[in-house]
Amino acid sequence: LNAVKSTVAGAATMEKVTEYKDATSYNNYYEFGTDKADPAQNAHTLKTSPWTVEVDGLVKKPGKYGIEDLVKLSAQEERIYRLRCVEGWSMVIPWVGYSLANLINKVEPLGNAKYVEFLTLADPKTMPFVGSRVLDWPYAEGLRMDEAMHPLTLLTFGMYGEVLPNQNGAPVRVVVPWKYGFKSAKSIVKIRFVEKQPGTAWNKAASNEYGFYSNVNPNVDHPRWSQATERRIGEDGLFAKKRKTLMFNGYEAQVGQLYAGMDLKKNY
Amino acid sequence: MQTATRALLHPAAKPLVFVLSLLPFCWLLYGAITNQLGANPAEHLIRSTGDWTLRFLCLTLAVTPVRTMAKLPALLRFRRMLGLFTYFYVVLHFLSYSGFDQAFDFGEIAKDIAKRPFILVGFAAFVLLTPLAATSFNRAIKALGAKRWQALHRLVYVIAGLGILHFFWMRAGKHNFAEVAVYAAILAVLLGWRVVNWLRSTKRVVRGGAAHPTPVRSRS
Repeated sequence: LNAVKSTVAGAATMEKVTEYKDATSYNNYYEFGTDKADPAQNAHTLKTSPWTVEVDGLVKKPGKYGIEDLVKLSAQEERIYRLRCVEGWSMVIPWVGYSLANLINKVEPLGNAKYVEFLTLADPKTMPFVGSRVLDWPYAEGLRMDEAMHPLTLLTFGMYGEVLPNQNGAPVRVVVPWKYGFKSAKSIVKIRFVEKQPGTAWNKAASNEYGFYSNVNPNVDHPRWSQATERRIGEDGLFAKKRKTLMFNGYEAQVGQLYAGMDLKKNY
Repeated sequence: MQTATRALLHPAAKPLVFVLSLLPFCWLLYGAITNQLGANPAEHLIRSTGDWTLRFLCLTLAVTPVRTMAKLPALLRFRRMLGLFTYFYVVLHFLSYSGFDQAFDFGEIAKDIAKRPFILVGFAAFVLLTPLAATSFNRAIKALGAKRWQALHRLVYVIAGLGILHFFWMRAGKHNFAEVAVYAAILAVLLGWRVVNWLRSTKRVVRGGAAHPTPVRSRS
């Protein structure tokens, strides 16, 4: 996957990149199992070609995009982002893709489009855990329009210079680096523009634990653990004190103004 | 049946159970040293030691029902060792959490226990198990007297309930109850058997009592 270095502010952290082996063997992708080793073992059944992404809802130009056209819609960039999981671990991953804003501008959302909803594949034939009662399927996620338009929000096709491995959300996913990992929906089949805040998978499953915004925030604890610190996978030794989690996962300079005046304790 | 009893009474049986019980620990230690516990070894160690605690708790509680139903009284020889291994793994579980999750910062650990019901319940189970482990010597049994010792060790039923609640709460956020249900079912059967057994034996006592009524009873 050919990619140029991104010029977007905050797009390339200088931190040590997580080993490919760890980034592709320690995943949360519940359609393929709830253990973090499951997706790498089970996701080979996912068929990523042919693949279409439907764009509809409140847009002037709705349409269906074959994955090969979607890849070519804009120049692919490499972005090295921190990834902070709500569970308290983190990685640094070099993603390949382009700003979701490029696609959004192309389809021309209407004035009343306030949110973007992402619907992901839920195919019980290829995804063994679709149908389990863990979550409502299909896995749905959403962003406010200004979040979706932020240049750091990446429509992602690859990582480590290669096409996305299935367990990491092939063939196309979003990556929203200042939010907990589960906000970054994998294997997207539909992008819908809507007026009302869409229901999201984890919020529906446990609204007291997972909010719509789910911005990385060391000051707002998860009910069952602190979010003040995190363990960097593959880097922080067993007995190392966990590292401090940064506000907005370290992207405060870029995204802080999106939430000016909002009570982030309430809008967690 | 006699061969089973003979095997259970074999001098090598106890050392064998001891070594088998130690295997999970050896495997985890080996995995930690050779870096084979996956991308997040700390999490793996914390969870595995918790899993093994629950497994040994089930094994310990299975001794009495199995020994009664299978008419294998010799099984009793292993109960104390299995109980102590339950404690061994819960200590490792607590140490893993304290060390890997909290870097042995006891102020933070105290705060975490006070703040989070799921940690509190697990910690309470660990604390309650401590006097049971501490009174597992023959001398302690003698000092307490069999009745008091037995009453104290009935705490294990409360501990089992707390342990499964801890596991349930830990998984609740992810609605991931398959494993919790397995352990809960096993514990329910093991404890349910005791209830049924107890009811039957009290009935027998009552029936026996009715045949020889005493004046005190008839007055009340």
